[in-house]
Amino acid sequence: MAALSSYTMSSSTPAFSFQQAPQTSSAAGGTTQHSFYPYTDNGGSTLGISGDTFTIIAGDTRSTSGYNINTRHAPKLFRIGGDGPTHKNARIVLSVVGFAADGHALQERLDTLVKLYRYQHGKDISVHACAQRLSHILYGKRFFPYYVTAILGGIDEEGKGALYSYDPVGSYEREYCRAAGAAASLIMPFLDNQVNLKNQYEPEAAQGLHKPQLVAKPLDRKTTEELVRDAFTSAVERHIEVGDGLQMMVITKDGIEEIVSPLKQD
Amino acid sequence: MDTLVARYTRPAFQTEGYSSDDQHQAAQDLAPPSLSLNFALPPIASTASWLRAMTDDHSNPKCPIKIAHGTTTLAFRFKGGIIVATDSRATAGNWIASQTVKKVIEINSCLLGTMAGGAADCQYWLAYLGMQCRLHELRHKRRISVAAASKILANLVYSYKGMGLSMGTMCAGVTPTEGPALYYIDSDGTRLSGNLFCVGSGQTFAYGVLDAEYNYEMEDEVALELGRRSILAATHRDAYSGGFINLYHVKEDGWVKHGFNDTAPIFWETKLTKGEFSNVSAKLEETSGRV
Repeated sequence: MAALSSYTMSSSTPAFSFQQAPQTSSAAGGTTQHSFYPYTDNGGSTLGISGDTFTIIAGDTRSTSGYNINTRHAPKLFRIGGDGPTHKNARIVLSVVGFAADGHALQERLDTLVKLYRYQHGKDISVHACAQRLSHILYGKRFFPYYVTAILGGIDEEGKGALYSYDPVGSYEREYCRAAGAAASLIMPFLDNQVNLKNQYEPEAAQGLHKPQLVAKPLDRKTTEELVRDAFTSAVERHIEVGDGLQMMVITKDGIEEIVSPLKQD
Repeated sequence: MDTLVARYTRPAFQTEGYSSDDQHQAAQDLAPPSLSLNFALPPIASTASWLRAMTDDHSNPKCPIKIAHGTTTLAFRFKGGIIVATDSRATAGNWIASQTVKKVIEINSCLLGTMAGGAADCQYWLAYLGMQCRLHELRHKRRISVAAASKILANLVYSYKGMGLSMGTMCAGVTPTEGPALYYIDSDGTRLSGNLFCVGSGQTFAYGVLDAEYNYEMEDEVALELGRRSILAATHRDAYSGGFINLYHVKEDGWVKHGFNDTAPIFWETKLTKGEFSNVSAKLEETSGRV
């Protein structure tokens, strides 16, 4: 289930960063009450596409709070597992968008558990098992959720690209493509059309009841990379929280290749 | 026997340099979820109302964390077994989070669960139920009854009552002792057995079709078509339902899947070949509202 995943988490009216400070309201009795608001939306967007022999996960590197840009290089993509702090030989990538602190905490927990799995079982975890584990980690905070939408990518046991997408409390689904974060509503329809060929029909065929849908085929790596870059350059033009840099990770059976390229900085 | 096995069985790599603290932590991480103890809670007094303020987009459309929701699911008993049908749309606020959700959860080869309400709640707890059913099989050397399985789930969600779980689920299965059995369980703790249930935001539309045409003595093909047609009606009138129609038939010797089909071609076929949905025009010039 590609469960239900990319979600626009920011509210429709962008908030100033100072509005995210705890609000103080006076109750009728004269007592004051501080509301508990432990989250900040750090904006940004991520996307993933899986192919026949690879999976690409990408994210922009801007971090915002309200209308302020905190930094222009805050990666949202993390290698999971592998050896030591450099994650050498890792084959799984996690992307998180939403509240960066929660995202970091989630990445550290998953990474620890994946490494622990190898120490206990003497083999690397499969993406399938890792995906289920991530779901359970997210659900473990069902009553105090991580403010994140996660996408997990890797290579499955048959050597095919695997991509899993999540909602903040852990419902998940395997999919071919998924966009998440602030610009999900801009990118996802584009991906539906270009990757899954939604609403595209055989041009020569008869109209009406008997017009066959075009059948989606796995994309090659070059086309996919171009699609990812187009999705982000377009999102940057129309969303204030997306920009600065594009971080792409291409996972194949031979390893993870990281490509960082510039996006508009305005 | 179990205690002996437990005492002499160790993971192959257990002896490779680990402190006892790590072992303890690892054991905790691997342990099955015990009730509420393992769930993180916010450091405040009224966790339930806080959770509602953060995640309930029904009462508060501007809530920051949008959880996937929305559904039409149905199941009904008839002489040939049980039909289970669902749509496949998940929404988070007005955003369609997915059009390809599998809302029928295969608990085992003879038991199905359906998913309405919070997607994560249903997925997680029905997987947990699957685990409990398997353990029952191993302990008692026979399959669990649908009544018992549904009661495990009902008792479970009842123990979390008021915490903010949101699920409306049906358990459908056929066992030698019960025959075809159907139960409805929701997060309030309700557990009902019955012949026919529709659950979710599109339930009323599905009931409309199903109640009008339902008959216990139906043939299999007629029953499958009725399930499909009821979901189609709901996807047509309920904005929170749509996508694909997922159809299952539960029989004595297990369930059979009858496809995961796009609603759009099914809608047009129903309209043009059977003359239903005559309120919808098939001609371009008549769609402008001057019919």
